[in-house]
Amino acid sequence: MDRMAPQPTPETRHFWEGCKAGELRLQTCKSCDGGAYFPPRPFCPRCGSRDVEVVKASGKGVLWSYVINQRPRPDMGKEPHSIAVVQLEEGVRMMTNIVGCPQTPEALVLDMPVEVEFLDLGETALPLFHPA
Amino acid sequence: MKPNTVAVVGAAETTDMGKIPNLSVIGLHADAALNALADAGLKPSDIDGVATAGVSPVELAHYLGIKPTYADGTSVGGCSFMLHVRHAAAAINEGLATTILITHGESGRSRVGAGGFGRNASSLAGQFEMPFGPVGPPSMFTIPVLRYLKERGYTVEDLANVSVIQREWAAKNPRASYKDPLTVDDVLNADMIAYPFTKLMCCLVTDGGGALILTSAERAKDFPQKPVYVLGTGESVETPMVSQMYDFASSTAFRISGKKAFDEAGIKHSDVDHLMIYDAFSHLPLYGLEDLGFCKPGEAADFIRERNTAPGGKLPLNTNGGGLSYMHSGMYGMYALQESVRQLRGIAPAQVPGAKISVCQGVGGMFAAAGTVIFGNEG
Repeated sequence: MDRMAPQPTPETRHFWEGCKAGELRLQTCKSCDGGAYFPPRPFCPRCGSRDVEVVKASGKGVLWSYVINQRPRPDMGKEPHSIAVVQLEEGVRMMTNIVGCPQTPEALVLDMPVEVEFLDLGETALPLFHPA
Repeated sequence: MKPNTVAVVGAAETTDMGKIPNLSVIGLHADAALNALADAGLKPSDIDGVATAGVSPVELAHYLGIKPTYADGTSVGGCSFMLHVRHAAAAINEGLATTILITHGESGRSRVGAGGFGRNASSLAGQFEMPFGPVGPPSMFTIPVLRYLKERGYTVEDLANVSVIQREWAAKNPRASYKDPLTVDDVLNADMIAYPFTKLMCCLVTDGGGALILTSAERAKDFPQKPVYVLGTGESVETPMVSQMYDFASSTAFRISGKKAFDEAGIKHSDVDHLMIYDAFSHLPLYGLEDLGFCKPGEAADFIRERNTAPGGKLPLNTNGGGLSYMHSGMYGMYALQESVRQLRGIAPAQVPGAKISVCQGVGGMFAAAGTVIFGNEG
């Protein structure tokens, strides 16, 4: 079964095109210098300015929190897997899966450094993270 | 809203509770509504305002033959009914309607006439959460919790303890789905659903409904039941995505909603005799005790372990057994409100002796929204 894919909108397309191109893209505000924000939108959630730009993120962060889902959805395979939130160096948090390590509490330690990789889904790609 | 100007004069749940295969969703709304009307000594034609979530207020009004001057379809998840109470109080004070019916019904277990749990793949949650595998609330609402435990110095035993103590309350409630005593080990050794949450830290999935009828405090004294007054209310909304909540260790929506309600009611925490905190999962009462200001951050787990919220404790919490042991059809907030009303009428199965003030805290979605209603029984 094909993995559930996101359906981009005009406001989020740059993010998903970035994933397909192997780049994690965030946005920053040029008016208030409030740092990066996420999820994508064509204005700054802090000051409301439309003067924002897309920036390439470092792709590095830490594991912020997670669960290990014991009853995977049909498109997620048969083995228990993490559903995680990472906090990026740029300060934003996003949902993801931690891959490249056992899906156990012992291997998934809060605050451990993680780094982005991309799972190709054809039309787009998903940002996943592995231990750095 | 103006405190003490509006009262609950009708309150009832569905005739049956738990497994109700012979009623559809709208049928559950109607069953609860008819029970609440009987409780208040009213007919549908006496109602001039309707509010509900899950189904449209249009569907509700037409099904019951009500021609209202006021309709509220606020739908922000399981706390929608707390918001309905708040809006109804304001509407009654403003003269938009005199007698407002709020209903809930959900065929959570039997799925008779129920919609699906789906999210538009182009919504923000559809794009930035669903592709990573969440399967409904058990693997979403739980995501912030490991961070919360780490920040507070709590353990999974503290989560389990919430379920254990609520089961003690459920044992006193004949309508509760589960009444057998539990131990912390029972909870920890139950089937793992989404680590660190076992099945016994997750709410039930049942069928049921409930309804409330509100009118002005002035009129309330003429109704057959003891009026339960609305002292203060609050509401807020936070995020459609749990991954984007502002602070994983605190619900901003709870804090805003709770503070507003306490300020309106003009009461102190020590005035509160009875507390309901919507417990879709066992972490909610911990967050709620902290975010409503009953405990300092980091003290809620000890507060529960020391039996302050248990039968005989100084702050009885979730005295119907809660979503963890009483019932949970999907949008549980209505049942929390019903229990607050029962406690202040003095007719709850696990009655808190002399209860005069009850705080009822709801959560909507996965930390998406919050609603608070503070009730009192002295007009």
